[in-house]
Amino acid sequence: MSAPEPLPDPLDVAALDTAVEAALADIAAAPDLDALKAVRTRHTGDRSALALANRAIGGLPGPDKSAAGKNVGPRRGRINQALAARQGELETERDARVLADEAVDVTLPTGRAPRGARHPIESIQERIADFFVGLGWEIADGPEVETEWFNFDALNFGPDHPARQMQDTFYVAGTDGAQDAAAPNLVLRTHTSPVQARSLLERGVPLYIACPGKTFRTDALDATHTPVFHQVEGLAVDKGLTMANLVGTLDAFARAMFGPEARTRLRPSFFPFTEPSAEMDLWFPQKKGGPGWIEWGGCGMVHPNVLRATGVDPEEYSGFAFGMGIERTLMLRHSIADMHDMVEGDVRFSTQFGTEI
Amino acid sequence: MPRIVADWLADHVELPADLTTEQLAADLVRVGLEEEEIHPAAVSGPLVVGRVLELTGEPQKNGKTINWCRVDVGPEHNDDDGARGIVCGAHNFGVGDLVVVSLPGTVLPGGFEIAARKTYGHVSDGMICSTKELGLGDDHDGILVLTQAGFDAADLAPGQDAIALLGLGDEVLEINVTPDRGYAFSYRGVAREYAHSTGAAFTDRGLPDALPTAPPAATADGFAVTVDDGAPIDGRVGCDRFVTRVVRGIDPSTPTPAWMKRRLEGSGMRSVSLTVDVTNYVMLDLGQPLHAYDLTEVAEPIVVRRAAPSERLTTLDDVDRALDTEDLLITDSPDGARGSRVLGLAGVMGGASSEVTGSTTDVLIEAAHFDQVTVARTARRHKLPSEAAKRFERGVDPHLPAVAAQRVVDLLVELAGGTADPAVSDLDATTPPRPIVLDVALPSRTAGVTYTRSQVVGILAQIGCAVADASGDLVEVTPPTWRPDLTEPATLVEEVVRIAGYDQIPSVLPAARGGRGLTAEQRTRRSVARALADAGLVEVLTYPFIGEADLDALGLPADDPRRAALRLVNPLADDKPLLRTHLLVTLLDAARRNVSRGLDDVAVFEVGLVSRPTPGAPAAPQLPVGVRPSEEQLDALAAATPPQPRRVAGVLAGHAVPTGWWGEGRSVDWADALEAARLVAHVVGVDVVVSADPDHQPWHPGRCARLSLPDGTLVGHAGELHPKVVERLGLPARTSAFELDLSVLVEASSGEPVAASPVSAFPAAKEDFAFVVDAAVPAQDVRAAIVAGAGELLEDVNLFDVFTGEQVGAGKKSLAYSLRLRAADRTLSADDVRSVRDGVVAAAAERVGAVLRG
Repeated sequence: MSAPEPLPDPLDVAALDTAVEAALADIAAAPDLDALKAVRTRHTGDRSALALANRAIGGLPGPDKSAAGKNVGPRRGRINQALAARQGELETERDARVLADEAVDVTLPTGRAPRGARHPIESIQERIADFFVGLGWEIADGPEVETEWFNFDALNFGPDHPARQMQDTFYVAGTDGAQDAAAPNLVLRTHTSPVQARSLLERGVPLYIACPGKTFRTDALDATHTPVFHQVEGLAVDKGLTMANLVGTLDAFARAMFGPEARTRLRPSFFPFTEPSAEMDLWFPQKKGGPGWIEWGGCGMVHPNVLRATGVDPEEYSGFAFGMGIERTLMLRHSIADMHDMVEGDVRFSTQFGTEI
Repeated sequence: MPRIVADWLADHVELPADLTTEQLAADLVRVGLEEEEIHPAAVSGPLVVGRVLELTGEPQKNGKTINWCRVDVGPEHNDDDGARGIVCGAHNFGVGDLVVVSLPGTVLPGGFEIAARKTYGHVSDGMICSTKELGLGDDHDGILVLTQAGFDAADLAPGQDAIALLGLGDEVLEINVTPDRGYAFSYRGVAREYAHSTGAAFTDRGLPDALPTAPPAATADGFAVTVDDGAPIDGRVGCDRFVTRVVRGIDPSTPTPAWMKRRLEGSGMRSVSLTVDVTNYVMLDLGQPLHAYDLTEVAEPIVVRRAAPSERLTTLDDVDRALDTEDLLITDSPDGARGSRVLGLAGVMGGASSEVTGSTTDVLIEAAHFDQVTVARTARRHKLPSEAAKRFERGVDPHLPAVAAQRVVDLLVELAGGTADPAVSDLDATTPPRPIVLDVALPSRTAGVTYTRSQVVGILAQIGCAVADASGDLVEVTPPTWRPDLTEPATLVEEVVRIAGYDQIPSVLPAARGGRGLTAEQRTRRSVARALADAGLVEVLTYPFIGEADLDALGLPADDPRRAALRLVNPLADDKPLLRTHLLVTLLDAARRNVSRGLDDVAVFEVGLVSRPTPGAPAAPQLPVGVRPSEEQLDALAAATPPQPRRVAGVLAGHAVPTGWWGEGRSVDWADALEAARLVAHVVGVDVVVSADPDHQPWHPGRCARLSLPDGTLVGHAGELHPKVVERLGLPARTSAFELDLSVLVEASSGEPVAASPVSAFPAAKEDFAFVVDAAVPAQDVRAAIVAGAGELLEDVNLFDVFTGEQVGAGKKSLAYSLRLRAADRTLSADDVRSVRDGVVAAAAERVGAVLRG
């Protein structure tokens, strides 16, 4: 074992400065954090010149201690500062490099979870419901397999009324087990209007309701017809309601569905459950071939017999009712050309609309 | 629906000379006669009258003989030699005949364009037309010779426009008549409405004084008629008016005049024979259905009666029909046997035996008035929506029969050389219209428009009502006989508002009373659909029509309650006569369609009503209109209405996560379907209990979860479908599905506001456990044991690993749980945690035989 190296002289300023210069040069030259770590050990470790010089201070005579301390302390400080600064530089460089290395192609597809959608017939019914709820109306529902009384008689279609024959009604025969039983007098509702009578009976007046829902007629499926379709029915019964109120409601509804330019027009018509009755046309700015009127639905003032059938005094109360096809509304609003797309259950149709329309 | 020939309409009301079809449609729609269609002109271009000057037969090699003709088509069209050369293959005409020539440039019905062409060695410079080529009939006999078709040679000249002559250039408006306006099934009625719309001068040709000679009163020797209605419907006798007239000595060979033929055909009615054409003409003109009998085939008296059981009749359309005892019949009395022979179905269709034929010279005219309901039921029963039935079921003016019969008589005398018989019968039991008391302010109150008293009275008078002052604001209004629909004040209000114009009504949004918003059920329905869509499922709508085969495909056993379905009387497709009892049966079909269209990964759902018949449910009572049912009757209606719960179902097939740059995708499995079902329950806010259901088609017996309420009420099923079902439906392997009764869930949700628990901010402690249990122990039971053993410090428990293998032993499985513990009021101590740990281990051992893994 060789003799221990003599401790550096802490009073030898030139030697100390040489050590500092060497350290600063190594620090500046350290290319990365690992090299810097080695440099740190070499120049500030226990065996470094300045650490040894520092240790030698203890062996100096009293008067020299103070001078030696002033020689060594600040020089060690300079080296540590330079190390910290270089450490910071190298870390910044490293972080930048890591982030650059971690860059991805953000145009890659991200659809790990398939996206769902609502059927627009359902979405638009909710939108319609929201409009009427906004007016302070309520939304009413009713059964799809309906008694003939609610579907026809309560609405002033007597058994021999010609209009009852125009309805193309699906009649229910009965259950499997009881095919020979008497006719149950049930139908698939041909319109949402029976909900009018149900609501008047159940809730009484005053009444402001809208009833969106599924309806059925014996039309074969083609581009513009479907045996299963949807309507929205509106009914308001109160004291002093007029046809002007009907027009006002229809206009507001048309604007909500088709934008601020939309408005409606009434033409005389006939429905058993309204008197006066009207066909309702919609001013449709997006009509193919230029803006124009198109048929949107039927409406009128509630027939006194409907009020009587539901226990409401027609001398005291009046009301208006209207109904329009949801499919037609949707087809107009979204330029849908063929009914098949709406009824076949192809997900590509619903998916176009997302969850809100 | 009626078609309107403009110049016929002009017989009743003044029309502007420049009236276009579009303008006429616009004028009529304003008063409620909607345009159905505008039928375009049949022929355009130079279609002219020609006179055959020369005709040379030229035999051809093929054995046919063609005629090379020189035809004078008028100075404007003739060539320099004063005619045109035309080749014609028909032989039913000769030199001197007046024919119809389509010159090059003419377009005939069907878009057939005429051009000069070389044929049989000649240039044929046009075509001599047949009835068929002109679209005037199916007559194959040959060329239309105008003088044989009711035209007078004196009125014709070569070169004359034949389009106008034959009415082939008429654009015809077809209108839609609503069921309350039977009178508008006539030129008389349409003209009246046109006058209401435009103010044009209207002449009512349905009134007796509009005729050149007023209809005569009944005579004692009139053809005997009796009405013997033994079974009136709702107390109304089936026939309350029956007029007969006799015209003798008609020349049956007389053709129908061209003008009448043109008008009939323009109105959509085929020309048959002069007598029949005249009755049809007067029906279209005035609205009174008429029938002409061969007088020699009818024996007095005519008896109007209901059919006897098992009576039959062969109607004019050659169909032998079994009659119903409700059918009203016209019968006669051969050999004195009163009412023994059926002549026809009253107001619907005549019989074959007494119809006028090509040899009929003496005719009996029937102009009657029949009950609307009787005719409607018979027409419906025998599927005979005849022109007569269409009018009677909507209501015919009971004052018309005498006038209409007189018009027929006049026309037969004038056109067919007949002689009117002075004997007339007129059985008249009609009742005058009932007056209605109207408050003159009611129209204003109804419409929200101010109408003056004189306006209201004026309009009612204009539509034919007699208006008399009653007390104060009340007037007594007697409707005209042609308006049986005017029965109460509201119907008069409509007339006032309609004639004054719907465009006068302002737009005033009413203030509603303020509502309760959507109901809990309605909000829930939305949330469920939205949550499923957000979870990646696509909403579809399917038809509710199914057949036995669809239920078979699902493998439902014979006694499955889902096989008891409501059946339709008149399904659209014979193989789908049932209404769906659950949603999957139709939703699976939609999934299959998507797969067959190349969409491999499909996740669809539907929310909808299903129906289940109630065994032994009573038929719904039939109750009258305009009367509120009693509470008992309402209960009976409710009892007859089948339960129709709202359900939600979903089908998932293919990948739940697609394969992508992130790696291999994940196929759909049973858990995806169950998670969707749990999501639904969560959205509704109801706790459901899951248990295995090894016996519920169409699901896989080992992969089907039954979801129920804590009280055991069934909510639905979820899991993987049975492999056989998947195979039968052509769906991808492992297709999974769920179906839940949303109505049960909504019913079970309390609707009470959630009482919030405070959120503890003290630190949590985490403890993991791995338990070995028998493989048959459901994970749910282990979890329940842990929850029970951990006590109130347990905040969350998560099963993070399931392991089977040698290490745990055969018939065993290892379940690893991570627990998060927290106290509401303190930081947990080591003793707290140890105590929870001991409790969990003890409970798991005791309840499910779990052994803590080393």
